[in-house]
Amino acid sequence: MKHGRFVTALFLMFALIGGSAFGADLKIAILVKSLGNGFFEAARDGAMEAAKEIGGVQILYQGPSQSTAEGQIEIVDSLIAQKVDAIAISANDADALVPVLKKAMKAGIKVVSFDSGVSKDGRMINLVPSETPLIGGQQVQLISEMIGFKGEIAIVSATSQATNQNAWIEAMKTTLKQAKYKDVKLVATVYGDDSSDKSYRETLGLFKTYPNLKGIISPTTIGVAAAAKAIQDNGLTGKVQLTGLGLPSEMKAYIEADVCGQMALWNPIDLGYSATYIACRQGRPHGQHQGWSQRRKRHGRPLRLQERQHRQIRRDVLGHEPGPEDPVRFLTGPLRAGFFL
Amino acid sequence: MEKTNINENRRFDLGRDFRYRIFSVLMKWETVLILILTAVVITNSFLSPYFLDPVNLLDTTFNFSEKAIIALLMAFVIIAGDIDISVASIVALSSVFMGMASAAGADAPTLVVIGLLSGLAMGSLNGYLITKFKIPSIAVTLGTMSLFRGIAYAILGDQAYTKYPEGFDFFGQGYIGDSPIPFELVLMAVLALGAGYILHRTSFGRQTYAIGCNLQAARFSGVPVDRIRFQIFAVTGLFCGLASVLLTSRILSTRPNIGTGLEFEVITIVILGGIAITGGEGTMIGVILSTFVLGFLKFGMSLLNVPGRVMNILTGALLIFAILVPMALKGLRNSVEMKAQKKL
Repeated sequence: MKHGRFVTALFLMFALIGGSAFGADLKIAILVKSLGNGFFEAARDGAMEAAKEIGGVQILYQGPSQSTAEGQIEIVDSLIAQKVDAIAISANDADALVPVLKKAMKAGIKVVSFDSGVSKDGRMINLVPSETPLIGGQQVQLISEMIGFKGEIAIVSATSQATNQNAWIEAMKTTLKQAKYKDVKLVATVYGDDSSDKSYRETLGLFKTYPNLKGIISPTTIGVAAAAKAIQDNGLTGKVQLTGLGLPSEMKAYIEADVCGQMALWNPIDLGYSATYIACRQGRPHGQHQGWSQRRKRHGRPLRLQERQHRQIRRDVLGHEPGPEDPVRFLTGPLRAGFFL
Repeated sequence: MEKTNINENRRFDLGRDFRYRIFSVLMKWETVLILILTAVVITNSFLSPYFLDPVNLLDTTFNFSEKAIIALLMAFVIIAGDIDISVASIVALSSVFMGMASAAGADAPTLVVIGLLSGLAMGSLNGYLITKFKIPSIAVTLGTMSLFRGIAYAILGDQAYTKYPEGFDFFGQGYIGDSPIPFELVLMAVLALGAGYILHRTSFGRQTYAIGCNLQAARFSGVPVDRIRFQIFAVTGLFCGLASVLLTSRILSTRPNIGTGLEFEVITIVILGGIAITGGEGTMIGVILSTFVLGFLKFGMSLLNVPGRVMNILTGALLIFAILVPMALKGLRNSVEMKAQKKL
């Protein structure tokens, strides 16, 4: 009797954990740079929304506890063992993940990269959130407007290996060569490794090394929040301007306190949403995705949700309908999915 | 009459001896590890249908073979009462040197030699500084940890080496023939046997324990303390070079942040394996068992999509358990022995 009960308990446990996995006909893993990052949690919410709309899709949201390529490789290995149908990944390293993702594709798993891409050999499609020149250009424009087109600026980036960060920094440098930015001088780029603590310390280091620093660009959600806190804690509000790519929910207090005059972002919810749609389309064999075109008709093209959700986030931050001069600016480049060359 | 008495006594003695032996085997940390490993395997097999699949289990060894290879030598280091926290940085800098050579057109065998030699050189530098200038190993390797990693960053910055020659991918991704057995796993097994033999069956191994138990006493007993410590650090460097070859080959790219945090994972394996951090105690079997305990635990949890933070909590708890339990067992064993002696 006791034994029987034990077996039943084990069976129940098995059914509880394994059951959901067997119920869904499509298993899609969203593999992000690290867990505990608001940006990716928003992307996960978008993925969930897409999964619900499509139906019959189970989302596995996974990421290492530290943003390392090795941690992501271990997770990809376990996803191969679980025989998921598709992996949508935001990579910590564009090259290091290629061999293991190749192995995944060989095992029949569809691989899509989003946000921070993987080199060509390691994925089928790369979803670029916005256009690199647009992001770089707008960041430089925002900070220059705030400091009056004159003075020293610095960048607080994520890891020195992040594909997207490096591309944006390059774009910023290109933009700075234009004549109207001739008095704006980029003095340093520091790396906070997407850790609040390190980003904060690196920002403090900037204040010490460059006492004439006028502005900071932090094109990463964790970095910009940490830099805002550093500016506020040191009473530099108004003396050092800040812009970046930030999450409204994390930056609200700093925007209200005028620490961060303006910032920009695209919508991470849309990013997760679109990545899931693409992964589903890849993961579902031909003849099985009739639902796709029907849903497309019903909801419009999935990517057009962007504008609606943008407005919603802006309302959440501002408390009223957004106007053109409001502090959160959206990068309105088309959300593009395409083959990254 | 007297004869039977003696026989009875002897039989009684044998029985007690046998029971005592079983007791002392049960009271060993290695036994606890085997129990934990069994529990991990059984629980995971129940929780996930993908766990008990030989191909999956063999494939997951890719993720800990490199760490295990370094752990074999880290066991020697810690048994001798030292510590080496520069191992991850040695891996990184060796990888950078291989990347440079590869960019200059070296072929796969040359790259392996370069990886091994640069590891050996860095390990020797550690050993030289520690034994020649009598600086504690934690201070020296803390310095070289930053030094080697710093050089790697100075050479590469935010760049990467991604061009490796044909055939180099075998070391970290290859299988033995057509079987699903990874080359890395076989290499690790062979090295583990060798390391176990040297630690438990040679005078080098016994002298390592002697140094860890009491360095001064070992020195006065004629153990060549400095030579042995130097050799241990040098070979640790060599094994880091080997791990670097495997890791670089596995991910076919080099960035200066490669292997970040590896030193702590290696030390975790060794401590969980029952090697006393104070030196002089522990076995190679324990280290190998703990490699599989941690590796399979992690694999099982990622199959269930348990977030990494929860895994960290569990690993931390296991580690504290690993330090506390052998202490408790030792106390228990001592008290039983005392009782046995009193009875006599």
